[in-house]
Amino acid sequence: MIKYERSHGLTEKPTHYCPGCTHGILHKLVAEVLDELGVLDITVGVASVGCSVFSYEYFNCDMQQAAHGRACAVATGIKRSLPDNIVFTYQGDGDLASIGIAETIHAANRGENFTVIYANNTTYGMTGGQMAPTTLLGQKTTTSQDGRNKPSHGEPIKMAEILSQVTGAAYVERVMLTDVSNIRKAKKAIKKAFTYQMEGKGFSLVEVLSTCPVNWKMTPRNAMERVKEEMVPIFPLGVFKDVMTDD
Amino acid sequence: MSKVLMKGNEAIARAAVKAGLDCFFGYPITPQNEVPEYLSKLLPDAGKVFVQAESEVAAINMVYGAAGAGKRVMTSSSSVGIALKQEGISYIAGAELPCVIGSVMRGGPGLGSIQPSQGDYYQATRGGGNGDYHVIVLAPESVQETVDLMKEAFDIADTYRNPVMVLADGLIGQMMESVDLDKPVKKRNLEPKTWATTGMKNHEGRNITNSLFLDSNDLEQHNLKLQKKYNEVIKHETKFEMINMEKAEYVIVAYGTTARICRSSIEMLADNGIHVGMIRPISLWPYPKKAFDLIPKDVKGIMVVEMSLGQMLDDVLISNKGRHKVAFYGRAGGIVPEPEEIVEAIMTFDERVVD
Amino acid sequence: MKKGNLTFDNESCKGCDLCASVCPVDILYLDHDRMNAKGYHLISVTDMDKCIGCANCAIICPDSVIKVEVTDR
Repeated sequence: MIKYERSHGLTEKPTHYCPGCTHGILHKLVAEVLDELGVLDITVGVASVGCSVFSYEYFNCDMQQAAHGRACAVATGIKRSLPDNIVFTYQGDGDLASIGIAETIHAANRGENFTVIYANNTTYGMTGGQMAPTTLLGQKTTTSQDGRNKPSHGEPIKMAEILSQVTGAAYVERVMLTDVSNIRKAKKAIKKAFTYQMEGKGFSLVEVLSTCPVNWKMTPRNAMERVKEEMVPIFPLGVFKDVMTDD
Repeated sequence: MSKVLMKGNEAIARAAVKAGLDCFFGYPITPQNEVPEYLSKLLPDAGKVFVQAESEVAAINMVYGAAGAGKRVMTSSSSVGIALKQEGISYIAGAELPCVIGSVMRGGPGLGSIQPSQGDYYQATRGGGNGDYHVIVLAPESVQETVDLMKEAFDIADTYRNPVMVLADGLIGQMMESVDLDKPVKKRNLEPKTWATTGMKNHEGRNITNSLFLDSNDLEQHNLKLQKKYNEVIKHETKFEMINMEKAEYVIVAYGTTARICRSSIEMLADNGIHVGMIRPISLWPYPKKAFDLIPKDVKGIMVVEMSLGQMLDDVLISNKGRHKVAFYGRAGGIVPEPEEIVEAIMTFDERVVD
Repeated sequence: MKKGNLTFDNESCKGCDLCASVCPVDILYLDHDRMNAKGYHLISVTDMDKCIGCANCAIICPDSVIKVEVTDR
């Protein structure tokens, strides 16, 4: 009996992601969830700009490639036009929390009925490791070479917390992919997010604490440790909004 | 249907609905606010989509998404707002998507004024977005023509899978004229949108809306494909009108509201025994270069009149190919010239010749 | 008790070693004497008999390299 094999939600194309990059794991989870929910043939995904710019080559469904930061606006255009389709965006922290923060908050505020998969790895990976809105205090990047400091740069932005304040957001959870138990929890969160979309409940977002082994100059194993030890204290895991359980 | 008295901006909205508009995404900006205002009522009442976006940037990206999904989509804005949309317009052209963009010009640069102008000719025809692409630009001179061109714009966009801009100025947007909303426009055979991202259930294979081609050879081939398309547009969609060319001593070149004003100037000049004709470009891209081949050799000169300090002037100089003297008269700041000013300009033609 | 059998799509392996970090019976290791066409060292198995078919390795693998089949022992 086959216990685990490559998901039908992925195309055959090998990814360009670095060894040990959590994008690979996250792509699998989204692909598996869409396949298990039986919605691959009515799904339209929106690829953003970052390392995951080529996600339109990896997800086995219709895809649109959006301008940097604008995926939530593009997804709004698609979902409003095709309300019976399943729509998701896949964005990094630069795309979603820097240039795209207005589009993200307003899509949530309007309660747009699509799902956002938000990979937060505290770095602009594709362009070589610059400071991101979620870079931690003290973290050295190519544009904060002495480490992020509060007077010049402010503190890291916490999107799950911010969106929990937006009434149109139906479901917001933060997860991580550091070990198999957390990967399973992350998949549950993603499945819940898409299920809420199918039930027309409103905007759903799963913030996934991710690694960037190359720009962090760490091995993939050590990068996973950094998520647990350094990122979780700043970006705590958990459910930040759930319309089915909140008052 | 009988004619009704209608404001230009309302006509833009109603003509789009007549043309089967599915989705409108826009943002408030003077002097086109009536467009989103009317559509905010007309579209939901018809079970269609209206979203007032959080910015002009968000709006053009919503257009991209809905256009990729195969819908008839539109946005409208003015000058500074159109400036914000340039990246999105480049993406729409690169991804070969159809859409209509209403642009109601106001004074610039920067925040400028809310008065009419023609200062966005460069923005419309030379494009502020990146890359080798063109927006098809249509310039009406009356509210009726605005209705006709709006309806045609959707069909042209679908035929060529490219953005089409209907370029008016604040005067056309605000003025009221009688309009027949049901006047028929050219019938076109439109291909079904089998390329749209409607879900794999609804078409063969996977559909991808994309303008990224990292391999240089792929990108060059894509660009050559776009150019081939633009050559077809030039062949089939160039529009212009020639007025009063018989025995013309001078030829005015003007579009939009300025052309309307020049019609009065031409009558006033005729009363004084001076025969002046006019070339009125209706498509600004593709520019009607061949109209200039029709100017008789003995015409004393070409006078370009714009509500700007000389933008279409460049296209006239190119089209003229050095055959005639070219002069220019323009007003800026949102000032609309009086017909008498243009009469005076013709009378002082030689003082206004450009090098 | 289950018995697992693993098959590897070696050309997809990027030698990231995450699978080895989650194997509860410690039978996975990165073999520096093996390499695929992309130049990555390949994950290898010391003793397949010890595999319990938990699929931890396959679950964490970012590149869907590992296929896991299980039978009863």
